Amino acid sequence: MRLSPDELIVWQLGWFKLNGTIVFTWGLMLVLAVGSKLVTRHLSVDLARSRWQNLLEIVIAAIEKQIQEVGLQQPKKYIGFLGTLFLFVAASALCTIIPGYEPPTASLSTTVALALCVFVAVPFFGIAGQGVGGYLKSYAEPTFIMLPFNIISEVSRTLALAVRLFGNMMSGAMIIGILLTITPFLFPIVMTALGLLTGMVQAYIFFILAAVYIAAATRKTKTVPESTPAK
Amino acid sequence: MLIDWFTVGAQTLNFLILVWLMKRFLYKPILNAIDAREKRIAAELADADAKKAEAKKERDEFQHKNETFDKERVALLKTATDAAEVERQKLFGEARTAADALRTKREEALQNEQRNLNQEIIRWTQKEVFAIARKALADLANANLEEHMSEAFVQRLRALSGTAKEQLATALKGSTRPVSVRSALNLPPAQQAAIQKAINETFSADIHIQFETVPDLVGGIELSASGQKVAWSIADYLATLEKSAGELLHKQEKAAVKPEAKANAKPIAKAEPKTNGKPDPKPQTTKSEPKPETKT
Repeated sequence: MRLSPDELIVWQLGWFKLNGTIVFTWGLMLVLAVGSKLVTRHLSVDLARSRWQNLLEIVIAAIEKQIQEVGLQQPKKYIGFLGTLFLFVAASALCTIIPGYEPPTASLSTTVALALCVFVAVPFFGIAGQGVGGYLKSYAEPTFIMLPFNIISEVSRTLALAVRLFGNMMSGAMIIGILLTITPFLFPIVMTALGLLTGMVQAYIFFILAAVYIAAATRKTKTVPESTPAK
Repeated sequence: MLIDWFTVGAQTLNFLILVWLMKRFLYKPILNAIDAREKRIAAELADADAKKAEAKKERDEFQHKNETFDKERVALLKTATDAAEVERQKLFGEARTAADALRTKREEALQNEQRNLNQEIIRWTQKEVFAIARKALADLANANLEEHMSEAFVQRLRALSGTAKEQLATALKGSTRPVSVRSALNLPPAQQAAIQKAINETFSADIHIQFETVPDLVGGIELSASGQKVAWSIADYLATLEKSAGELLHKQEKAAVKPEAKANAKPIAKAEPKTNGKPDPKPQTTKSEPKPETKT
């Protein structure tokens, strides 16, 4: 019984090892990239278009709209990072219906990697948005006393991001694994469906939290705080 | 240990590569396609709006043209109707004038015919009357009548006087040929002698006389020489009567034409309301005809 796909070693040369997490991630990357390439190869700007293009347009338009609703006025600037976060997490959860597949997001290494990316992206977009001074000043908001708490919050929320996603994904996979040994009929199917739902919810949560963090970092201090999304 | 830092690094790298791939193959083309489509739709909508506006303008123009056309048509129709009305009145007037003229002509013709017929009847009657008279007198003519006639002729000869007698005398004396005495019947020698005697005595000369028989004289005796004539004959009387009757008839005709010419103007004006064209002038002409007759 593996707790994480990290423990599945495919190939190893000294410190360099190809575990299940990396292999499954590559698989996902391949599917996403090749799928996108195939769909966007014959893009139509007319009113008539292919079903796959229509699907991708719906998904991307929805992501763009969500980013905008969070408060980022130029969604095209952030859709590359935030959209990919959502798509990767969602795709890795969706693929759990494939037998033998283990979601890379069920590995704490992956979730930590994603959380670290967010951890770096927040100040990156923050500084791009309001300059170094402006961004650093936001740590001393509303008073200078809040500086340590803001720094702690920055670190802890990154940790929370990583652990939340890992816990949900790993538990889903674990529950299905345990249930298969106890009641190998019908009930695991229900749990798989439930796992798909939690996977999608987690993808959305991860994406929306990252968006909110970035939005908070890029927002100018003097501007009136915009309303946070309802979700 | 749940965290494998090598895997963390590898996954971070993987994620960044994925971000780049997605940007390259998914977001950019799809967003560009959406933008292009939105632009295209906006352009098409604007174009449609422009076309709609243009169509509205054209429709308004067309409507305006239609209205103008309708107005023009109504005006033209009115003009045409008026012209037709005028033409109708004109034609009607012409037809009426022509009809009136024709009727007048016909009336005149009728009147002429009637007049001619009347005259013909009168002439015929006259002719018949004289023919009857002639026939009756010719039937009555006999020896006794001849005798009376010769006596009457002799009396007339002897009664001659003045210029008539002188003229006749010079004519009788001057004539180289024998003077002819014409009679309807063959005169007996006694009467011839009486006549010879009377002539000789009247003109105091010996005049050579030649007796001729002319049945046309009906009854009577006639002496003529170089245009001068002394006669007593029924034919002479009848000729005189015929002449005077002819003169009377001529006067009558003249009198009949005058009132007709006056009456012609009236019936035209009167006849207008009556479109039936009844021959109402007839009673007027019949009235006018007898008038001169009653005068005689």
